[in-house]
Amino acid sequence: MSPPPTASSLRSQQAYVAAQAADARVNVELDTGDMTLNIGPQHPATHGTLRIACQLDGEQVISAEPLMGYMHRGYEKLCEVRTFPQCTTLINRIDWLGSFANEVPFILAAEQLMGVEAPPRAQWIRTILFELSRIANVSLFLGDMGVQVGALTPVFFAFRDRERVLNQIEAVTGGRFHPNFDRIGGLKDDLPRGWIDETHAVMAKMRGFCDEMEDLLMGNEIFQARCRSVGVIPGEVALDFGLSGANLRASGVDWDLRRDANPGLAWDQVDWRVWTHPDGDSFARYWVRLQETREATKIVDQLLDGIPAGPIMAKVPRIIKVPAGEAYVSTENPLGEMGYYVVSKGGLEPFRVKIRTPSFSNISVVPWVMRGTYVPDIITILGSLYFILGDIDR
Amino acid sequence: MADETEDAAAPGDEAREALAAELAELLGDAVVETHVEPGQNLWLRIEIGHWRDALAALRESGFVYFGFLSAIDWSDAPEGRYEDTEFDAAGAGEDDDATSATAAETVRRGGGETRFQMLAQLHAPARHAAVLIKADLPDSEGTPATVPSIVDVFAGADWHEREAHEMFGIVFDGHPNLEHIYLPTEFEGHPLRKDFPLLARAVKPWPGVVDIEEIPPELEAQLEAEVMAEFEASGAGA
Repeated sequence: MSPPPTASSLRSQQAYVAAQAADARVNVELDTGDMTLNIGPQHPATHGTLRIACQLDGEQVISAEPLMGYMHRGYEKLCEVRTFPQCTTLINRIDWLGSFANEVPFILAAEQLMGVEAPPRAQWIRTILFELSRIANVSLFLGDMGVQVGALTPVFFAFRDRERVLNQIEAVTGGRFHPNFDRIGGLKDDLPRGWIDETHAVMAKMRGFCDEMEDLLMGNEIFQARCRSVGVIPGEVALDFGLSGANLRASGVDWDLRRDANPGLAWDQVDWRVWTHPDGDSFARYWVRLQETREATKIVDQLLDGIPAGPIMAKVPRIIKVPAGEAYVSTENPLGEMGYYVVSKGGLEPFRVKIRTPSFSNISVVPWVMRGTYVPDIITILGSLYFILGDIDR
Repeated sequence: MADETEDAAAPGDEAREALAAELAELLGDAVVETHVEPGQNLWLRIEIGHWRDALAALRESGFVYFGFLSAIDWSDAPEGRYEDTEFDAAGAGEDDDATSATAAETVRRGGGETRFQMLAQLHAPARHAAVLIKADLPDSEGTPATVPSIVDVFAGADWHEREAHEMFGIVFDGHPNLEHIYLPTEFEGHPLRKDFPLLARAVKPWPGVVDIEEIPPELEAQLEAEVMAEFEASGAGA
């Protein structure tokens, strides 16, 4: 602001006029209407290549449109030219941080069509690996969310502790990221010796990690200021857009497929609860994921103690020919509802596979939730919605 | 064990049957057929003319949670790897003409006659229920008819309809922004249609063709010979 003019001095009058003119000129140059800002395709907040075209008015977002397809691999088409067992190799790579969880609903759909049921031991081990995938996947989010708001330390903790879980997955399946371990009718192998005790120890460590994140981030004033009341999604809107997983539960909707539509895995055998948060903001989404990770460690602990004895494979033919029919199975994956609509015409390969991925629906709310927010919040909201690009683009 | 699972499936059955009856009554003429697969899913086939009304009515009756929307192209795949082999046709080879209608019925849960079929899923969280909705989509010379958009009913259908549009060429009437979502703007063709060739396969035979799981000895020679003959024919020919 210019100081008020002192009329006595011509000089100061001239200075005042000049300052006003300069202000006017600056105001013209800083026309705040309609600036286009491209976020991505390469941006650390996007876990892959997502581009968001934003229309800005100053700092405020008028519209934000995600533009995808940079990583579209056409999995639905590719599945049609592979045998059922070969499909799991592709499906692994949809949500690459929770690979084992991707395989399960597809295998369950194929089992439904074949009328095969995996033996109880296989179902329990499947559930354990499923929950380990969830912990590995979501623990990375718990650290990564810190990076989105400028806190660098938590992500290193997350990478350090996630490695322990990946080691356990690797010890069973042979793959850190792409286990390809689930088979129609059961599992490829049984658990290695000593694995159960090791996993108990890792679960205790992961609970420690959750406590650490709670102390480091959730109690932090800056984190709260950046996340509370930012990107609020009411429950009805979340349902309308088909949001799922923690994004839905953070909007106060009590819906979890593990409890509400269990397709036969061992979740109903153990004691656990579904966490919801009424706020629907970025903080609530972080809070729900943190509670869920902790809950998952408890689920794993209980399952480890109760694995039934018995075979790990049902009797299935060596060459898998799936009888004609259609089946849809969805499970509560780390990111949300992942479902496979499988159509078979009785051949070796599926006739059509529709993959309902959680991130695709979760990100479709972005244009709605971004309107009226400010530029720094774009990254916070994107980070808190938590998506994997492979899961959007398939 | 088998008895137990049957008993366990029975209550789910009744719930789905009751829901099917209720929805059939709710939607009236719009419903063509309902199908319940015990312990699995409920299919509801509706008239394409009532597509938007029926989904809006379902939303009113508690199915407020949008699952997904897509389509199926039921025409036969020209490039299926095993489609023509004797091995693959062993179970389905007999039903060529006379029984093809029944074969179609067993494949299509809830039935259907046309090449394209709309497919959607809705949840009713309060009732712990889900329904798969289908509608036959008539086509003229491979171009499917126009479908009313349901974006104003379920906002989440926006991207799903754009995907179905680019993948199957289905036009959604009233969609605010019916553009490609994954594919480049200038991309021609509709990749998930069965007559869209998978070029990678046409250029180079799939090496995984001989790599299916361990095969019983009595079938191995037969399958290997067939598969290799096909493989060499296509590979050597190209």
